[in-house]
Amino acid sequence: MPAAEAEILKQRKALIADLQAFLPAERIVVDHASLRAYDRDALTAYRQLPLLVVLPDNVEEVSRILALCNQRNIKVVARGAGTSLSGGALPLEDGVLLSLGRFNKILDIDYDNRCVTAQSGVTNLSISEAVAEQNFYYAPDPSSQLACTIGGNVAENSGGVHCLKYGMTTNNILGLEMVLMDGTIIELGGKHLDADGYDLLGLLTGSEGLLGVITRVTVRILPRPEVARAVLLGFDNNEDAGQVVGDIIAAGIIPAGLEMMDKFIIAASEDYCHAGYPLDVEALLIVELDGNSVEVDHLIEQVVTIAKAGASTSVQVSNSEDERLRFWLGRKSAFPALGSLSPDYLCMDGTIPRSQLPDVLRRISALGVQHGLRVANVFHAGDGNLHPLIMYDSNIPGELETAEAFGADILKLCVEVGGVLTGEHGIGVEKRDLMGVMFDEGDLNQQMRVKCAFDPEGRLNPGKVFPTLSRCAELSHMHVHNGELPFPELPRF
Amino acid sequence: MNKIFKPDTPEQLTEIIQWANAHKTPLKVQGSASKTWIGHPVNTEHVLDLSGFSGISEYQPNELVLTAGAGTPLAEIEQVLADNRQMLAFEPSDYSALFPGASLEKRGTLGGVLAGNISGPRRFYSGAARDHFLGFRAVSGRGEPFKSGGRVVKNVTGFDLSKLMAGSWGTLAACWEVTIKVLPMPEQTSTLLLFGLSDEEASRCMSIAAASPNNISGASYLPAALAKRSAVPSITNDGAQTSLTALRIEGPEPSVVHRNQAVQKLLTGGNHSLRPKHVTTLNREDSQVFWSEIGNLHFLSSGFLTSSTEQQKCSQEIWRLSVPPAAGWQVARDITKAITNTATDKPTDACWFSDQAGGLVWLTCSADVPEQQLRAALKPWGGHATLWCLSNNGGNDDDKENTERRTRLSVFQPQTDALTVLTQKVKRSFDPNKVLNPGRMYADI
Repeated sequence: MPAAEAEILKQRKALIADLQAFLPAERIVVDHASLRAYDRDALTAYRQLPLLVVLPDNVEEVSRILALCNQRNIKVVARGAGTSLSGGALPLEDGVLLSLGRFNKILDIDYDNRCVTAQSGVTNLSISEAVAEQNFYYAPDPSSQLACTIGGNVAENSGGVHCLKYGMTTNNILGLEMVLMDGTIIELGGKHLDADGYDLLGLLTGSEGLLGVITRVTVRILPRPEVARAVLLGFDNNEDAGQVVGDIIAAGIIPAGLEMMDKFIIAASEDYCHAGYPLDVEALLIVELDGNSVEVDHLIEQVVTIAKAGASTSVQVSNSEDERLRFWLGRKSAFPALGSLSPDYLCMDGTIPRSQLPDVLRRISALGVQHGLRVANVFHAGDGNLHPLIMYDSNIPGELETAEAFGADILKLCVEVGGVLTGEHGIGVEKRDLMGVMFDEGDLNQQMRVKCAFDPEGRLNPGKVFPTLSRCAELSHMHVHNGELPFPELPRF
Repeated sequence: MNKIFKPDTPEQLTEIIQWANAHKTPLKVQGSASKTWIGHPVNTEHVLDLSGFSGISEYQPNELVLTAGAGTPLAEIEQVLADNRQMLAFEPSDYSALFPGASLEKRGTLGGVLAGNISGPRRFYSGAARDHFLGFRAVSGRGEPFKSGGRVVKNVTGFDLSKLMAGSWGTLAACWEVTIKVLPMPEQTSTLLLFGLSDEEASRCMSIAAASPNNISGASYLPAALAKRSAVPSITNDGAQTSLTALRIEGPEPSVVHRNQAVQKLLTGGNHSLRPKHVTTLNREDSQVFWSEIGNLHFLSSGFLTSSTEQQKCSQEIWRLSVPPAAGWQVARDITKAITNTATDKPTDACWFSDQAGGLVWLTCSADVPEQQLRAALKPWGGHATLWCLSNNGGNDDDKENTERRTRLSVFQPQTDALTVLTQKVKRSFDPNKVLNPGRMYADI
């Protein structure tokens, strides 16, 4: 992280006094013991106490806090539930941590327009729960949905196991309210579908807290499908499993979920929760179809036919909701199961073209041998989103660094085969220094210029996403040619 | 002297934009110039023609991803996809139907469709063009090459600049290569038609259908005067001069049959008390014709202009209203009332139809619509209005009256002061000297 600025640390007392002018004392957290609760997000390898924590109650307070910090040139990190897996909400020693914990109200449920407006600190799952009575739900379902907030989902463009069919956060939101670093309150979108003007709503989604602090979100809700059924397919090797994934999609079927687990995960989760997975296979696929029962039955039949033609060694079809949940039990227990096998693990998150899967898995296991660490793979196979889990022990000196180097090698491999550094967890602190693997200087400069349009002093969540945040003045400098008309040979009609 | 620059390498494109910066000479950016009539007129001496960046460079159907030159004709993309039983799920509209006799090139390019974020009837179900825009390579208005996004369907690496490009109408950067997500074509399509519902009933009908788990992928409402313009015989025969509410159902054959029945039962039986005069179902072929008529604005085509006053209705000025879906019919009602000529108390001949379950209203009027009254009537409902088309000009910029009106009006929804400032800063971050399509969206952009 960038070194703490002495100029900021010096201002702590004065800043607290300024904040006390409009915030009650209990909503300014300053004591060491209380700050401890905020010292990390879900990328637990990194810890940092913030300068202080503020808990605003409404958008006007957020605006005043940001304007004050902007004026004092103090850094700010916004935080929802702190479930980021990439360190997006990691505090800064010289930064105010702005918690949206009190923004916890659902403001409007509009079934006629099929949308819900909620304050940004409302949890993902509670939106679905609030509309369940009318058989609606909010589609993106990151695995932390019990805890993670909708504002954090927007900041990270969160996904989940159902993205292939239902999209990520960006495809499921209609509007938001945010506050810029200078305190300006901006409203984008509403209950209508298309943005007017530049699609700043789309830009804000996945901007990892670098452009504005999101205070309110309007999401689309969908009618819940009548039924969901799953097929559990076993394979002798990853190639066969990968081939069947491709065959399902080539047949024109877009499953609601299409998950793959490797041998290590199968064994670990079977040991942990006894889901009844076959243990004599190298790879398992869970294919979930949802919709009305006629459609689901029809597609299940097609998937089973494809699987049998495609060298699947075991085929189980869920015939009840209990059975479907049992198929998912092992997959959903993958992380705690690994936790019981290894003191620590790093959960990586890259995306690759699906066809590259067998080759990438082979090379990941070779990298594991090279780094001397174990690795297991769960994979959102439908959309090519790979989650290698690198097991290590932080008590062994140097092992975290080895695990990180291994992780970096995996992500470089993803980019090499035509993929990207992150599918749903974000860049944050974790992958910041790998941005150069995917983007050249020109690409990064343009992104940073966009950052400058929102936050010219680089005070909002610095140290995240960009390896070095260049000064906006330098970025805006333009080198122009005073040359003649270029390419005189070009056809000019 | 007017020049058309037509680069076919990124290096040439870079140099042209750098030259434009050096000489402070703005460029009008276009692909096949099929949509130059949307937005404020761009009055530049020179044109930057991107149609040289043409052709599909990468397409693996199983990956559901396609990469092509931004200048690739849309028709070519759609043909290649159809050959693989895939499609652009956002169903881009083809506005050449507005101008009968327009040449086939008026179909547009892939880059143009993305630059305008042009989506069709499936938009409310499958997302807009922007939702399928995965990545691109471009040269910014600064004259610097850059790329964003990737070639995979799930990606959160860095800012999502594809979203910013979609709907920016070429005012930020000149994209020369784009990557999009594609999806399988549905196996079967049918359309449930309900004739004779009132505006309010039609809106309720579309809301109920869209809120049911039947995956309605098209929901549109046409008044009688427009419905009779359809080329689908069973609509004009069965319709017998009544309004038409249409619901599209797509998917595997058995599911389509099942859902068609389920929706029909839901709407006309039970508690909803909708009493259409007549109900029928369109087969796949007729459905295709009908939904392209909706998306392509066939019903507002100037081809329906004849000397007869009656038929001149719905022919001149077209406004696009993006509104909360359930409010669509009320917005249309309020605007129609508001733009009535109060001086003469002459009733307006404005008429409208709605798409996307009511969330998109196309309103048209044979006289100039008083903009302030229209925007004031829209305001309480939320959403925005765009002057989409002055349809008599056939897509030409040389009609003086038309150009003047498009210069004078706020074509796009005026923004709040805070948003205007932010929009200008975003523009400057890509194109500080305003060399790309200056003024097309807003005066200072």
